[in-house]
Amino acid sequence: MNKQLMYGTHALAEAAIQAGCTCYFGYPITPQNELPEYMAQRLTEIPGGVFIQAESELAAINMVLGASAAGARALTSSSSPGISLKQEGISFMAGMELPAVIANIMRGGPGLGNIAPSQADYFQATRGGGHGDYRIIVLAPGSVQEIADLTFRAFDLADTYRIPVMILGDGMLGQLMEPVIIPKPRQEPLPEKDYIVSGAQGRQPRVIKSLILDTREMEEHNWKLFRKYQLIQQRETRWESYLTDDAELIVIAYGTAARIAKGAIKRLRKDDPNMKIGLLRPITLWPFPTKAIKESLSTASDYFVFEMSAGQMVDDVLLSLEGKGRVHFYGRPGGIVPTPAELARSIARRYYQMKRTRKR
Amino acid sequence: MLIKTIFSGFGGQGVLSVGQTLARAAMLENKFVTYLPSYGAEVRGGTANCTVTISDEEIASPIASEPEFVVALNQPSFFRFQSLLPSGGMLLYNASLVSAESIRGDIETVGIPITDLAAELGNLKVANMVMLGAFIRISNLIVFDRMIKHLPDILGTGKAPLLKLNREALQRGYDYAKDIRR
Repeated sequence: MNKQLMYGTHALAEAAIQAGCTCYFGYPITPQNELPEYMAQRLTEIPGGVFIQAESELAAINMVLGASAAGARALTSSSSPGISLKQEGISFMAGMELPAVIANIMRGGPGLGNIAPSQADYFQATRGGGHGDYRIIVLAPGSVQEIADLTFRAFDLADTYRIPVMILGDGMLGQLMEPVIIPKPRQEPLPEKDYIVSGAQGRQPRVIKSLILDTREMEEHNWKLFRKYQLIQQRETRWESYLTDDAELIVIAYGTAARIAKGAIKRLRKDDPNMKIGLLRPITLWPFPTKAIKESLSTASDYFVFEMSAGQMVDDVLLSLEGKGRVHFYGRPGGIVPTPAELARSIARRYYQMKRTRKR
Repeated sequence: MLIKTIFSGFGGQGVLSVGQTLARAAMLENKFVTYLPSYGAEVRGGTANCTVTISDEEIASPIASEPEFVVALNQPSFFRFQSLLPSGGMLLYNASLVSAESIRGDIETVGIPITDLAAELGNLKVANMVMLGAFIRISNLIVFDRMIKHLPDILGTGKAPLLKLNREALQRGYDYAKDIRR
């Protein structure tokens, strides 16, 4: 397919279609309404395509659960308050080991908050979100192209590990139009699913459930999930390193915040090529690139975490560094997107402070 | 090169579509480009605006913090967005609808009577395209002839019946801006 100018929400929807998604269930909320709008039209052109505007977020996520249990590739999307409502269903799918893709186009919070871009749902996304001992894969795109690529990948990840996968974007990425090349549709058929409930004619009935009353069985199930999460941590952790090879100060940011940070670093390095500043951008927020951050201690002493929140991912950076290095935080919560110039000033201040303390 | 432009006006004046048209044309020149519509609690009949960023390299922020250009198609936008321009920035406005008496001294301004020019073409709805033609002439951001050549792709199949009219409107604005002494 050729390069097209597309909204982030539309690119997500189209990439899902190309990945073999045939079911969308959702309930409207700003700033992601263009996604269901696109799907409402597009799924009518897909054989077996199903689009339902559900009566609530709860209904939508449970329709995803049902479609997934029947073997379909299913998508739902919402924004922060709506994702809170979906947590029960996500927890059930984690327990039942059902694949699904959930897009959260984050807005300001808590509560109804506002409709401006925010990164306030990091904790909710990366700690499971619902009740119970579980994790989901969380992918954080930073451009419209990456929204398309990661959404396409999300469906494969979900099926491979039988796990819900969340695309964590924000209001700006959703509304933004950029040139994008949508991934080509997969040619090979989807992998056979030996657990789905598709009619038991000629075989033993199957049961998909999250209720396990026997404590020993439940414990074994929890350990099984835990081993799966370990495997995902080993295999699926993704990040981007930008100018980190010689960096003494590393900026850590994801999504929209990371592209602002990259712009800030470019400015700083242009003004003063001797400034040893780089960017480490987590692409998977869970699993978090703990190892990459720890290894960066070979050159870096200082870390500058920037988030469009009052500080959430910074906890994971601190955990990754195990007490080593100095961690600084800069946050703009509430729907504010700072300029690269503003961020550059803040980074420069930390950098020169670091240089002064090093000399002593 | 990194140039940011805010297109602003009444909802319905076509400021979003003109922004998208420019963004598509720039994309066809293999430029890096972002298009970001305003996204507040807007009301029908209220103001609309979008920001188009065109660059030779990856674009960090698509938000118009210090735009090089502001294009204002009505009076409220003229007031609201001239304050966003840094000193030395340029403001293009719809001289048919905007009274430009209160204007900052540290920015350049160009008035184009796009509503009148569109009326001469027989369709007020293409006033936005008249402005885009003038904007391309003045900003030199993209190659006008190449845009005209690719216009069917840029506008898409939906606008095919209006291709000729849009082309005329772009040309009218482009030619008008040629003769402006700045």
